[in-house]
Amino acid sequence: MFEKKSGVLLIAGLLFFAIAFLSNGLVPILMYKNLKEKTAEELVQGNGNLRYQFEDLARRYPESFKTAFGTPPEETAAREAWLNQKCADALRRGRNVYVGEGCWHCHSQFIRPVSNEDRRWGPVSKSEEYQNELQRPVLFGTRRVGPDLCREGGRRSNDWHAVHFFKPTMLSEGSPMPEYPWLFDGSPDKPNERGFALIAYVQWLGSWQESYPYYKDYQASNVKDVKLK
Amino acid sequence: MSADVERERPRHEDLVDERLVSWYFLAALGYMFISMLGGFLMGFQLIRHNPLRGIELLSPGRWRMIHTNAIAYGFLANAFLGALHWAVPRLALRPVLDRRLSYFIFGAWQVVVLSTAVGIMLGQAQGLEWGETPVWIDPLALAGLLLVAINFLAPIVRLRGPMYVTLWYFTAAFIWTFLTYAMGNFIPQYFVSGTSAGAVGGLFIHDLVGLFVTPLGWGLMYYFVPIMLKKPVWSHGLSLVGFWGLAFFYPLTGIHHFLYTPIPMFLQYGAVISTIAVEMVVTTVLINFFVTLRGATGALTNNLPIRWFYTGMVFYGLTCLQCAFQTTLTFQALIHFTDWVVGHAHMVMFGVFSMWLLGTMTYLFPRLLKTDWYSRTLCEWHYWLSALGIGLMSADLIVAGPFQGYFWASLLPWDVSVDFSIPFWAVRLVAGTMMFTGLLVFLTNLALTWAQARRAEEPAVLAAAA
Ligand code: HEC
Repeated sequence: MFEKKSGVLLIAGLLFFAIAFLSNGLVPILMYKNLKEKTAEELVQGNGNLRYQFEDLARRYPESFKTAFGTPPEETAAREAWLNQKCADALRRGRNVYVGEGCWHCHSQFIRPVSNEDRRWGPVSKSEEYQNELQRPVLFGTRRVGPDLCREGGRRSNDWHAVHFFKPTMLSEGSPMPEYPWLFDGSPDKPNERGFALIAYVQWLGSWQESYPYYKDYQASNVKDVKLK
Repeated sequence: MSADVERERPRHEDLVDERLVSWYFLAALGYMFISMLGGFLMGFQLIRHNPLRGIELLSPGRWRMIHTNAIAYGFLANAFLGALHWAVPRLALRPVLDRRLSYFIFGAWQVVVLSTAVGIMLGQAQGLEWGETPVWIDPLALAGLLLVAINFLAPIVRLRGPMYVTLWYFTAAFIWTFLTYAMGNFIPQYFVSGTSAGAVGGLFIHDLVGLFVTPLGWGLMYYFVPIMLKKPVWSHGLSLVGFWGLAFFYPLTGIHHFLYTPIPMFLQYGAVISTIAVEMVVTTVLINFFVTLRGATGALTNNLPIRWFYTGMVFYGLTCLQCAFQTTLTFQALIHFTDWVVGHAHMVMFGVFSMWLLGTMTYLFPRLLKTDWYSRTLCEWHYWLSALGIGLMSADLIVAGPFQGYFWASLLPWDVSVDFSIPFWAVRLVAGTMMFTGLLVFLTNLALTWAQARRAEEPAVLAAAA
């Protein structure tokens, strides 16, 4: 059996692989099958922290925002729905940019219960936080050249992120993080669609945490002051 | 009677398509070249002196992914396929299923690897470590792996009686590689998300090393080492332990890449224990090979391929020792996310498997080109630059790792850990330059050897024509 084709093919090749997949892959799948996977739309719903940041983007860079996302409807309810949808689209797009640029090879997205990580970044990561379509495949990451980002939302302002992505060394002297000028139309105050999406995505990370210390109280607004000429 | 002999001992020319072997090796070296350029880009970025910054298509983040994918699918896969086209038919005494299929696979695989590189360069990577191949290429790559399995399993399946060790490893590897690729690239992308996707992703990362690269690598060692030393491997029993131990424990270890994540703790413990079991299995394999060397240690100085192989095995021992520590939760707390892991990865991928494959090429190219190496000295330079380069690089990164870990745990500002790392990253760049120079020396030597082969051929052709 141990030196025969059948043994090698069926036992080593198929059976052992199957045992490993069933015990290590299928078990967590079954354990979490009742945790519903949220869509990007559901992630935006009721997440005031995130919506605040998204509207802030519209307020700060009105021209570029219009170029990237179009003009919102006049009527309040329609406008709300429009902003929600654009925000969800931006999250999806932002995730793609984050993956495509390889951000996740320099930044992890999980806080471990060891090494003082909860004191540096915030609460230890839980399974529920990852049950959504933006974690397909999950972006835990395995290397930290820069800090963990899963509690990044709200920690910095949109302006900060814009300048930082444009040229990190402008804010963080001697930063080894690469520059991403192609997320902007020439200057940090003109993010393009990908730029907006990435900023929204980074602001989303951790925004679901009730307790995030950096958030100001958010009042639902009908975005009257968002002037999109 | 003579027909029987013919069947028993088929001629080498009928078994091995030598041109194809050379093509695979050349493609492999080309990708190693590209991969190393990607490494340089990230290396210079880290020491904050990237001369090409701000260019979208040359973004270090993207090239970091090209760096790893070009090594895994460009260099390792091509070099392995070349070596398999040599070893499998000779072991099974039958050619591969179909010569045209072989060439089709060769072409298809280059398309897969090149479009992976271009896709990543355009920013379409998939969020799966070691599987960044854009999602639209995944089905093609999988079909390619299936064809590879069929092409090589055909001669093996027709073999009668027990198989030699090498073929156990190869046979299993064909199945495992296909299954691993399918599992890792599709399940976490299309079927599950979050923590479950993480568990599958962990399995994928590790199975790619443990079930694709490792068995093919050891299979080649079991094949070439006895041939070169002209003596059998010391213990057949230990070969059995090595193979079956690997087959059982290796697939169970993947989650050790994500310790302290929300993946259930009992699965994490399971992965830790299996990993330590793998290290024990590995020790038996190493013992087997080093005892085989007993009485033939002279080969280490005068047989260059043997030296490449055994250097790789020393690195293999070191990585596995390192692994037995780093897989424990105590160690993980400190070294996870640091350069320690990067040092480990380089030691495995270059120090072990690339060393073995470069040794295989050093052995096979003279046979393929029907002439000696143009310069033995250049071969030595290639060996020493590569061996010292990778030794320096891994030592440097492995030392940097724990410091980074302590800096982070100490809650000093992040920049402190970055500033601390800069000298280490500079040294790693020096080490990388050594390895790259080694490659250039090898390519030069190869070109000169090829020219020499052409010159040797010409008079023969003329003589034949006259
Ligand atoms: C070469 C590794 C590297 C890559 C790639 C990288 N970063 Fe960074 N990042 C760093 C380092 C180092 C820092 C810390 C220094 C600084 O603030 O610039 C950092 C800091 C950050 C911060 C600020 C964290 C904070 O609050 O202090 C954010 C946000 C960030 N990066 C996002 C990204 C995004 C998004 C991408 C992909 C577009 C990315 N990074 C790519 C290395 C990297």
